[in-house]
Amino acid sequence: MSLTVEQVKARNQDLIKEVLEVYPEKTAKRRAKHLNVFEEGKTDCNVKSNIKSIPGVMTIRGCAYAGSKGVVWGPIKDMVHISHGPVGCGQYSWAARRNYYIGTTGIDSFVTMQFTSDFQEKDIVFGGDKKLEKIMDEIQDLFPLNKGITVQSECPIGLIGDDIEAVSKKKSKEYGGKTIVPVRCEGFRGVSQSLGHHIANDAVRDWIFDKSEGKHAEFVGTPYDVAIIGDYNIGGDAWASRILLEEMGLRVIAQWSGDGSIAELENTPKAKLNVLHCYRSMNYISRHMEEKYGIPWVEYNFFGPSKIEASLREIASHFDDKIKEGAEKVIAKYKPMMQAVIDKYKPRLEGKTVMLFVGGLRPRHVIGAYEDLGMVVVGTGYEFGHNDDYQRTTHYVKDGTLIYDDVTGYEFEKFVEKVQPDLVGSGIKEKYVFQKMGVPFRQMHSWDYSGPYHGYDGFAIFARDMDMAINNPIWGLTKTPWAA
Amino acid sequence: MTQSTNNVLDHFNLFREPEYIDMFEAKKKNFEFPHPEDKVAEVRDWTKTWEYREKNFGREALTVNPAKACQPLGAVFVAVGFEGTMPFVHGSQGCVAYYRSHLSRHFKEPSSCVSSSMTEDAAVFGGLNNMIDGLANTYSMYKPKMIAVSTTCMAEVIGDDLNGFITNARNKGSVPEDFPVPYAHTPAFVGSHVTGYDNALRGILSNFWEGKTRAANGKINFIGGFDGYTVGNLREVKRMFDLMGVEYTILADNSEVFDTPADGEFRMYDGGTTLADTEAALNAKATISMQQFCTEKTLAYAAEKGQEVAAFNHPVGVAATDKFLMEVSRITGKAIPAALAKERGRLVDAIADSSAHIHGKKFAIYGDPDLTLGLASFLMELGAEPVHVLSTNGGKEWEAKMQELFESSPFGKGCHAYAGKDLWHMRSLLFTEPVDFLIGNTYGKFLERDTGTPLVRIGFPIFDRHHHHRYPVWGYQGGMNALVTILDKIFDEMDKNTNVASKTDYSFDIIR
Repeated sequence: MSLTVEQVKARNQDLIKEVLEVYPEKTAKRRAKHLNVFEEGKTDCNVKSNIKSIPGVMTIRGCAYAGSKGVVWGPIKDMVHISHGPVGCGQYSWAARRNYYIGTTGIDSFVTMQFTSDFQEKDIVFGGDKKLEKIMDEIQDLFPLNKGITVQSECPIGLIGDDIEAVSKKKSKEYGGKTIVPVRCEGFRGVSQSLGHHIANDAVRDWIFDKSEGKHAEFVGTPYDVAIIGDYNIGGDAWASRILLEEMGLRVIAQWSGDGSIAELENTPKAKLNVLHCYRSMNYISRHMEEKYGIPWVEYNFFGPSKIEASLREIASHFDDKIKEGAEKVIAKYKPMMQAVIDKYKPRLEGKTVMLFVGGLRPRHVIGAYEDLGMVVVGTGYEFGHNDDYQRTTHYVKDGTLIYDDVTGYEFEKFVEKVQPDLVGSGIKEKYVFQKMGVPFRQMHSWDYSGPYHGYDGFAIFARDMDMAINNPIWGLTKTPWAA
Repeated sequence: MTQSTNNVLDHFNLFREPEYIDMFEAKKKNFEFPHPEDKVAEVRDWTKTWEYREKNFGREALTVNPAKACQPLGAVFVAVGFEGTMPFVHGSQGCVAYYRSHLSRHFKEPSSCVSSSMTEDAAVFGGLNNMIDGLANTYSMYKPKMIAVSTTCMAEVIGDDLNGFITNARNKGSVPEDFPVPYAHTPAFVGSHVTGYDNALRGILSNFWEGKTRAANGKINFIGGFDGYTVGNLREVKRMFDLMGVEYTILADNSEVFDTPADGEFRMYDGGTTLADTEAALNAKATISMQQFCTEKTLAYAAEKGQEVAAFNHPVGVAATDKFLMEVSRITGKAIPAALAKERGRLVDAIADSSAHIHGKKFAIYGDPDLTLGLASFLMELGAEPVHVLSTNGGKEWEAKMQELFESSPFGKGCHAYAGKDLWHMRSLLFTEPVDFLIGNTYGKFLERDTGTPLVRIGFPIFDRHHHHRYPVWGYQGGMNALVTILDKIFDEMDKNTNVASKTDYSFDIIR
């Protein structure tokens, strides 16, 4: 029996009150500001965001290092990224994000490797700069085809006063101007991954752009040059996007940063338009390129045919008729295939409800794809979103949607228990919690080892995967048949 | 356009379609400014040489693809082995996200753990308030019976005083006066996850044992150590102890919490050593550790309290299990029953049946210090040769012990132990001195790809194969599992190498 919107709102408000009861008073007050029920017509979700997580509550968030090494820099394939500090950070993030790339790993590509300075007590006591210098020498020696090095700082670096900038400059000079990028992404900085994205963006600005003038003189631009910004090529997402942009007549000169290379970063200021998928993690560099090089940027959404269609037209609107016609051709070409996907899966998924909790752009961007399949997103929230994300979310969510920022383990479990969605989309830490509860689940960071989900090719996979999660026969067997 | 609803192509096949292959080539040629292909081939071939190996082993500062994690992971692994216990890691919050993900990816289970979420202000002023608020929140939200505190490197570098902070939090009412909050300093820049296991367990035991008078009884304590097979192994050990009639306490029994049912209920806590048993464990006659290098401080502490202690090195196989059971029998005075003797006989029988396929095969092994000792000893028992044995978190003592093991058998002749080395070193070893098989964790698949050495997955973490952690590798039955795991790979390789019709398939036998 379905509830009316007003009933849903009342239920959700009660639910928020209920979860807050578990907290000590001070914590309840703070958490209350992160939870809300969306009211149609509002220009904001009216939750606080991008502020410190509360100790002890089991936040799902990560850290600045994860935002820089794990998200922005790690996928740049022809550079060596040093996890600078103790061994753990690099170990846990080693090859875990599925940023697909093509290259000979260990020879000219290094994405799925773990380079660490493996700090020992003496490095903490005496400082790690000398060790870092030696590490760079050894990288040059053993990995001679690397096209650059980044230093991804872990917590101790900023606390013991190491000067990784000086080391980077010195070594760069010694190696004839090699690109070496110190990144101050210590895990204690900021409140989540988000500051790490920003710091990583700034490092590109300061240590790549400012030094790339005059490089790649052989690069010849065209009026149709664009750069894909903020696509990490999880399971091949950026590839499934690139193919559409190229089909409509554009030339993709760079991918940031999935399957990206340093030459692509260096040449991006020659683009005519930056197309931005993950606004959260790469709006900073897009704004910088707009200010410094006059490159406009446009946000797009390649999840599900409705949003893809709108996005292709929006991107095309920045170009001449040739591209606009190209966009229409692409839309027309894929329409029958998309219709076939919807015809197959919509009858199996119509009316199913979804609760999301993800990072970056996905808490809003995937809503359209679910709706294309007749599904309804009834709750959503961001791990590390800011206010501008929640403002953008209002264009996607329905009246009465439950909104939860930086949700705690307890809150998420209770929300799902009461709302009883047909599917939860979140991360690896959440997956098994909900599956134990008998709730179908898909990881929406790693695509649960599937993908791509972007683009027209990706939507077919997305639809198949949601169907296989929800209509998995095992969910009918979680209860013992002999129990009363 | 290749996608169709009848056959949805995902990443496995989609990108092999011609339009994607063309796209990749154009991207590379026009925008990546790549090194020439012959240059890449030249360097790739160079990395296979002895010259490269020497340079590689000459590394003094850089670590590439290590086979070890950091201390707090081990501390979290220990904490969830106690009844109703929430691990609480004091320091930066991102670390906790990493431990939880890492454990969940291996066990395919939830992994509950909280952080005190220290940020820049705490870096300057210390994390006292984070401890006070954090303990209060965890206590009210997750209703634990115990909160086990460990630390990230951030808290260690700034020198937070755990004992003082916890006392302070207690005084402020974060948790009740008598609520157990054991703690351990677990700096990531000392040792590895096995060190963290040791420190955390010692911390928990001392929380319950300090100030108490010991009244020795006939029970024994059993400690598994950091073990990716903890679910299967601890259950197997309990079964064997029950068969023997041994009275025991498993310390840090996480075999339930890492194997909960999908029956509609999420169990944040499940099973675990009860707090009463933990306290009473002081009175045990002896404490037995299955992994010496995971429990050095813990065993020293138990010995200090007057218990007899015994340590093994992740025993796998016939002789190692014999030694373990006989030691348990000696300590407890309980005989090894006929049922176990029969299991032993079955393992001997199985090894005899399959020996021809393993005898003389050369292996490389890497992993934690105790695991590599256990596996090397098992391989020699099978008549195989553990040619390269590498442990990133193994030290001089481990190396000496491994050398001693090699010397104990003709199958150890010419075998080498590599302490403190990483998987990039292993890559050079496999190129310059090839072996037939490699035993290691999931990361070994990169070595398998590069060197063509078939990987037998035994270790932690195993992310890309499912459910093996539910099967033991300890005990005679565990030995059987380890044997079959190795044999399956050997037979698969035989078939793979003999399946070319009219060329090699004369050896494609149906009976082996």
